[in-house]
Amino acid sequence: MNWGSTSDFLAMGGYGLYVWGSFGVTAAALLVEVILVRQRLRNTRRALRREISANRNSQD
Amino acid sequence: MTPSSINWFKFAAPARFYPLAGRLWPWFAAIGTLLGLVGLWISFFVAPTDFQQGEGYRIIFIHVPASWMSMFIYCVMAFYALLGVTFNTRLAGMMSSALAPTGALFAFLSLWTGALWGKPMWGTWWVWDARLTSELILFFLYVGYIALTAAIDDPRRADKAGFIVSLVGVVNVPVIYFSVKWWNTLHQGASVSLTKAPSMATTMLLGMLIMALAFWAYTIAMALYRVRAIILERERNATWVAELPEMKS
Repeated sequence: MNWGSTSDFLAMGGYGLYVWGSFGVTAAALLVEVILVRQRLRNTRRALRREISANRNSQD
Repeated sequence: MTPSSINWFKFAAPARFYPLAGRLWPWFAAIGTLLGLVGLWISFFVAPTDFQQGEGYRIIFIHVPASWMSMFIYCVMAFYALLGVTFNTRLAGMMSSALAPTGALFAFLSLWTGALWGKPMWGTWWVWDARLTSELILFFLYVGYIALTAAIDDPRRADKAGFIVSLVGVVNVPVIYFSVKWWNTLHQGASVSLTKAPSMATTMLLGMLIMALAFWAYTIAMALYRVRAIILERERNATWVAELPEMKS
């Protein structure tokens, strides 16, 4: 084990800003990408459902 | 049935690939999450403190895998471009544009974590060094690909323009890789090489490789996830789309 306490862990031997700045931004970026793609798929499906049902109704 | 009798082009049809991608991506997402957690645990609790850089070196566990992925994804895009040009399959362009945003993201993360590593170790966020500059060019190539393909309305023509960017831009990848050999750079040489024993502790190497595999699984999951949206957008008028269970409501 490398760390004596939580504050030790957060301090990263004085490099806290750089280490957490790297890991934090990476985690946030991956999370945002997942959310954006999920929204894109959801919006596309919603628009298509509307389009398809409109086509069906116009054919009837 | 022998493996050679499988018709791989069958799966290249968007109507076939859409459900296949839907079945596959959750597995890659699960593998990526699991490997990511193991990688983080090694990064912070198993790998020892570096004798020169203290705890600051731990940035390596995302910096190197992110940089590898940024180069690797561009090569995969060039491979799809080659497939698209030779076989003219529609899926090649769709996979290319599904990969580009994730590639751009990893190129950005490589530059970002590199800046955060450079500041405490070199005393500067950025230098116009061959390694850093060629990685920045890679980021611009991804952005250029995305902007160009988004600017052309006809998706088939957009794909062709994108293929050219991928095939021409891929020459930059070996330039990035060998930049630390060809030029005198502030950036250090390769940490891991196929020809000589690694110059780092085994646990550090292991952590880096597991994080690289995690990013790799994440990339596959995201590409498969995103390509489903792209397929639906482009095939919106196809009958198979109207017959999908998720379209009935």
